[in-house]
Amino acid sequence: MQASIIIFYCLAAMIIGGAILAVTSLKIFRAAVFLLFSLIGIAGLYFWMNYEFIAAVQIVVYVGGIVVLIIFSIFLTHHSGEDMKSPKLARSIFVAIAASSGFALTMLLILQHQFFASSGNVVEPTVKNIGTQMLSTTENGYLLPFEVISILLLAAMIGAIVIAIKTKTKA
Amino acid sequence: MKTVLTISLSSIAGHIHQWLEKAIGNPTIVYLIDMVLVAVCLLVFLVLLCFFLGWMERKVAAFMQIRLGPNRVGPKGSMQIVADTVKLLFKEGLTPAASDKFLFHLAPMIVVIASMMVCAPLAFAKDFQIFDISIGVLYVSAVSSLGIIGILMAGWSSYNKYSLLGAMRSGAQIVSYELSIGLSLISVVIMVGSLKMSDIVMSQSDGWWIWKGHIPMIISFIIFVVASTAEINRAPFDLTEAEQELTGGFHTEYSGMKFAMFLLSEYINLFVVSAIAATLFLGGWMPLHIGHLQSFNHIMDYIPSSIWFMGKTMFIIFIIMWFRWTFPRLRVDQLLNLEWKYLLPISMVNILLVTLMAIMGWHF
Repeated sequence: MQASIIIFYCLAAMIIGGAILAVTSLKIFRAAVFLLFSLIGIAGLYFWMNYEFIAAVQIVVYVGGIVVLIIFSIFLTHHSGEDMKSPKLARSIFVAIAASSGFALTMLLILQHQFFASSGNVVEPTVKNIGTQMLSTTENGYLLPFEVISILLLAAMIGAIVIAIKTKTKA
Repeated sequence: MKTVLTISLSSIAGHIHQWLEKAIGNPTIVYLIDMVLVAVCLLVFLVLLCFFLGWMERKVAAFMQIRLGPNRVGPKGSMQIVADTVKLLFKEGLTPAASDKFLFHLAPMIVVIASMMVCAPLAFAKDFQIFDISIGVLYVSAVSSLGIIGILMAGWSSYNKYSLLGAMRSGAQIVSYELSIGLSLISVVIMVGSLKMSDIVMSQSDGWWIWKGHIPMIISFIIFVVASTAEINRAPFDLTEAEQELTGGFHTEYSGMKFAMFLLSEYINLFVVSAIAATLFLGGWMPLHIGHLQSFNHIMDYIPSSIWFMGKTMFIIFIIMWFRWTFPRLRVDQLLNLEWKYLLPISMVNILLVTLMAIMGWHF
């Protein structure tokens, strides 16, 4: 067995185990930590595929940003230290059926699908290439989606500031 | 020009690797043994370094306050830190009854692992680097953000209001100061055009960036040093463990070796931050060359690259220790004002200046 395959299965176990524990844990802070492990596992998977830039972005955005945000909101919530109530049996059975049928459907489609290598010209995933592709208007350039997403993020930030801003009340 | 001295850290590492290849043959196993050796060397180096930094901190503190500092155990008190470590080893590791045990034990490990992982792309000497990853600088800023999770975890799982408050302060502080750190790192990346640590060092062979990039680079160097002092929770930004207010911040409930791990990670972070500042702004392992003074440059070339690197790093560590005994601690609102109203706008304007300089070729 090749070492890279062993590493792949370790990462996969980390991702799936983290995800399952995040959903089943009754302590909300622990759930956030298990989610963190799952996200780090995904970053590891990107490293495994040599997509170093994407892996670093995954860590910056999800681990450094989103999980810290989640943890902060847990800190600011009342009674978040107590165990959550375990769900009703009927509800958990229904959820298990829904989740497993969704999983079965996805797996069925993946196994039936015939994958073939993309015929387009392959670009090395270096930072320079990513930057050039992102800001070019030529074929395979992503300038328009990049700018649209930038405007969306800017709008979201301005919206957040408008919501959070305090207007001075008259004394 | 032939150098007389040919022993270097990179050649030693190369010889060990070749010897292993001859003795074992199987490349996968050789690779694994290489990795284990590197990890052991790094661990030993970092622990010894932390011993040294602990001693240095006391001596610098004593020097700043015109007193002697530790002077009983060993020559000039240099073995004091060993005595402290033995004391910590024998201390009982208490776990609060109401704490979340799993996270309480996990937190110090995450903090230490995160700060050790950041050491991977550092260039310790010429051609002597653990992992010259193509996204070096981005990797550093990504992995160093993992440490905050450990701090938040420690504060939460201790089940203590002081710990929780300390962790929240730390979180707010690190998340906000990360921005100016990132922006000041980007100013060097714009100049070099690469994120790779070895490229960044090589680009400084004809002058360090702090000199080549003149005023904007000096601004971003100062911003980096200030913001990284805040990022590693050191005085004057040590609100997270302000004794007078929070007894000990996020590590109030930790004792024995778990406390020692927080201390270890604090010193590793201090080293890493200074090493990155030295690599990006002060030329890493590049010797000091002054213009056309040939003989002076040759003498500088004889000093080994590892000594250049460690010397520059120690210089910045000294500056950060100097801060600690010079400035009083900031209040929380002052801390956040400093970042959001001063450092961040300045570094944003600075980035525009740097970009303009890089486009127009105004740097040396």
